[in-house]
Amino acid sequence: MSGTSSDNMQRPETAAAATPANGWAIELEKINKRFGAVHANKDIDLKVARGTIHGIVGENGAGKSTLMSILYGFYKADSGTIRVNGTEANIADSRAALALGIGMVHQHFMLVDNFSVLENVILGAEDSGFIKPSLDRARRELDRLETEYQLEVDPDATIEDISVGQQQRVEILKALYRGAEILILDEPTGVLTPKEADDLFRVLRTLREQGKTVILITHKLREIMAITDNVSVMRQGEMVATVKTAETSPEHLAELMVGRSVLLHVQKDAANPGKTLLEVKDLVVTDDMGITRVKSVSFSIRAGEIVGIAGVSGNGQTELLESITGMRDQRSGTVILNGNPLSLKGDDGAARARAAGLAHVPEDRQRMGLITTFSEWENAILGYSDSEDYGKGAMLDIAKAKAKAAEHIKTFDVRPADINLKTALFSGGNQQKIVLAREMDRDPDVLVVGQPTRGVDIGAIEFIHNQIIKLRDAGKAILLVSVELDEIRSLSDRILVMFDGQIVGEAEAATATEGQLGLMMAGVVEERQPS
Amino acid sequence: MDMGAILSILDATLRLSTPLLLACLAGLYSERAGVFDIGLEGKMLAAAFGAAAVAAVTGSAWLGLLAGIGVSVATAALQGAAAISLKGNQLIAGVAINMLAAGLCTFLGQQWFRQGGRTPALGPNGRFGTIDLPFANEVAGVPILGPIYSELISGHYILVYVAFLMVPITAYVLYRTRFGLRLRAVGENPKAVDTAGISVVALRYQAVIVTGVLCGLAGAYFSIAQGSGFGNNMTAGKGFIALAALIFAKWKPVPAMFTCLLFGFLDALQIRLQGARLFDVEIPVQAIQALPYVLTVILLAGFIGKAVGPKAGGVAYTKER
Repeated sequence: MSGTSSDNMQRPETAAAATPANGWAIELEKINKRFGAVHANKDIDLKVARGTIHGIVGENGAGKSTLMSILYGFYKADSGTIRVNGTEANIADSRAALALGIGMVHQHFMLVDNFSVLENVILGAEDSGFIKPSLDRARRELDRLETEYQLEVDPDATIEDISVGQQQRVEILKALYRGAEILILDEPTGVLTPKEADDLFRVLRTLREQGKTVILITHKLREIMAITDNVSVMRQGEMVATVKTAETSPEHLAELMVGRSVLLHVQKDAANPGKTLLEVKDLVVTDDMGITRVKSVSFSIRAGEIVGIAGVSGNGQTELLESITGMRDQRSGTVILNGNPLSLKGDDGAARARAAGLAHVPEDRQRMGLITTFSEWENAILGYSDSEDYGKGAMLDIAKAKAKAAEHIKTFDVRPADINLKTALFSGGNQQKIVLAREMDRDPDVLVVGQPTRGVDIGAIEFIHNQIIKLRDAGKAILLVSVELDEIRSLSDRILVMFDGQIVGEAEAATATEGQLGLMMAGVVEERQPS
Repeated sequence: MDMGAILSILDATLRLSTPLLLACLAGLYSERAGVFDIGLEGKMLAAAFGAAAVAAVTGSAWLGLLAGIGVSVATAALQGAAAISLKGNQLIAGVAINMLAAGLCTFLGQQWFRQGGRTPALGPNGRFGTIDLPFANEVAGVPILGPIYSELISGHYILVYVAFLMVPITAYVLYRTRFGLRLRAVGENPKAVDTAGISVVALRYQAVIVTGVLCGLAGAYFSIAQGSGFGNNMTAGKGFIALAALIFAKWKPVPAMFTCLLFGFLDALQIRLQGARLFDVEIPVQAIQALPYVLTVILLAGFIGKAVGPKAGGVAYTKER
């Protein structure tokens, strides 16, 4: 396998260079785009054959989304030429892109939440000053598209009432309604359950059968392998290779993305669980609106064990994390740390949890884990600034805090190694390392970590995963919450699946299959047949 | 209280809620498009001055009305430039408009007319007269319905009818037209509008201009219909009450009308109650006058629940990251 990969690597452009039977849908030549000092796209060349599914992979910040935004007229390229169906095109704005038959499904949906599906579909494509005729036409058109592509969605439903998967369908319908022949999808599966992702892929295949061209931007190599015909790899603003999917492998693509070989699977020894460190009993948590989000959840984690909580986001994981770490009052139930019940109620619950030995790497590092306008060293002591280590009384011992920050940067390989830099200026992966270093510094008994690698590039993912494993092997208990099922499966020893505020299933990570977990994530609990 | 007294309070309610309603609907267009408008008061005041000044000089109420609208639209465009194109803070842009209008109207009034900032009193042609609807006199004798038609519905300034007509028109525009669809969309998710190939900036300017026109009508109502000439600070905070009504009505036209009627009713009641006695003690007139404002605070604080305005409101749209 690795032998053929490196052969491909030497001549990356050969696979898709000859003019395909149906011609090129998109040809980009020498596209450049800068945002201030950042050179987001450097001399990008890309050719996409008509009637194919073309994947574009790359780490966060590799320039994929920028390139597609240029193609969709959302940004203007500094230089370079774009040809659509063989004709040179000047795509000044989204309207021009739509006129050329280019539609885009953005990562964050461009839908008006309090509008109906129909209203969203016609927005910007109304036939006349009064919207009634357009709404009627859209209803008929949606009916047709539904049968043609199996894109069922209730035309009168309000966007905020339908599932994320349905919202994505609305985005696809929007593009098709506008006559899109070329459909760009930016990280389409990030918010979907495995089942919803499968449905999406089915739709994309149907689109290809009907002669449409699909460009799929993703950082998930599994998806690239599963559905694309060709794949282009971007790294640091450059297009490093375009290959036929059939002639490559995930390992090879990962290597192209990062520029060195990476281990896609976490290397770890079997867990050696000791005594129970964290015990959660009958926890009930309500959200700000008073809706019960966590419905009587109980579980325990032992020393030397990583327990992962899988689930589609919004099924109570956030509230569970916030409650265990003292950020949100629980309605009822107990949290027992190392044999002692934790009192988490009140505004200083989080401080008490920390003092008791429970560290927390929050889900949203930029909003909860860091103050991004503060410098690195200030963030390195955030939450621990009252500690004797960093000064006595009201005074802060800045020299000591800075020394600690420098130590973190060294042990966690944070780049750039500058303790005075604002944390907003670090990349996602390095921001996460800063938070992780701070939380692991105090030698906690239990580490609660949410979305440890969301928005983190592959190189840093590897490092962060290894740190978490190291902590486990040091005999700590780790609670991991992630919407990335792959991450949960490869990192956890035991997996709990959350759906609608409840733990609906438990599985050993070593034996659980994706299909089995996917069903549980969708709330389908296997009925035990009486035998 | 007899029928006559009730009718007279309701009649005053219509008159007093008219400028509130116009200003409230004005704010609705702007805020539904995502531009918070705390400058309703300033635009009304400027329009009141412009209308009165031109009506005084030309002797024509209609020219005065046009001038009022012109001044208000110009002010709205200035506010729009600050809040939309220059991406300034929308609250500060509105506050600036209010301060500018309060100072400039009095200053110009004094410079031009030398009457302490007031404009000269208008003659009968300089201001709008009341309109008697057809058959008002003929049906006055019919029990119950007769007086309601002839005294309550008939006999108002034209702007009163315009204001209440604007309610169904606004509802129709908002929910049944392309402009309304895009207007609502741009206040909720401007990025969706942008990616659909529509200019966010142009759409917001259109909304702000409509706001200017309606504020112009409201301002003119103060100085050349209800009053006969401009007086210092004659809008007396009505722009802010209109804003409160807009929030209370959750940015919807028909509830906006009922809220404005409620505030107008409180105002009418206040006038009626002046000099009233409670347990043989005369209630201080200031306390009664404060009543509508106190009730505004109570309503907003206590009864509104959570008012969630247009999601993208208050923030200028920036395309690049």
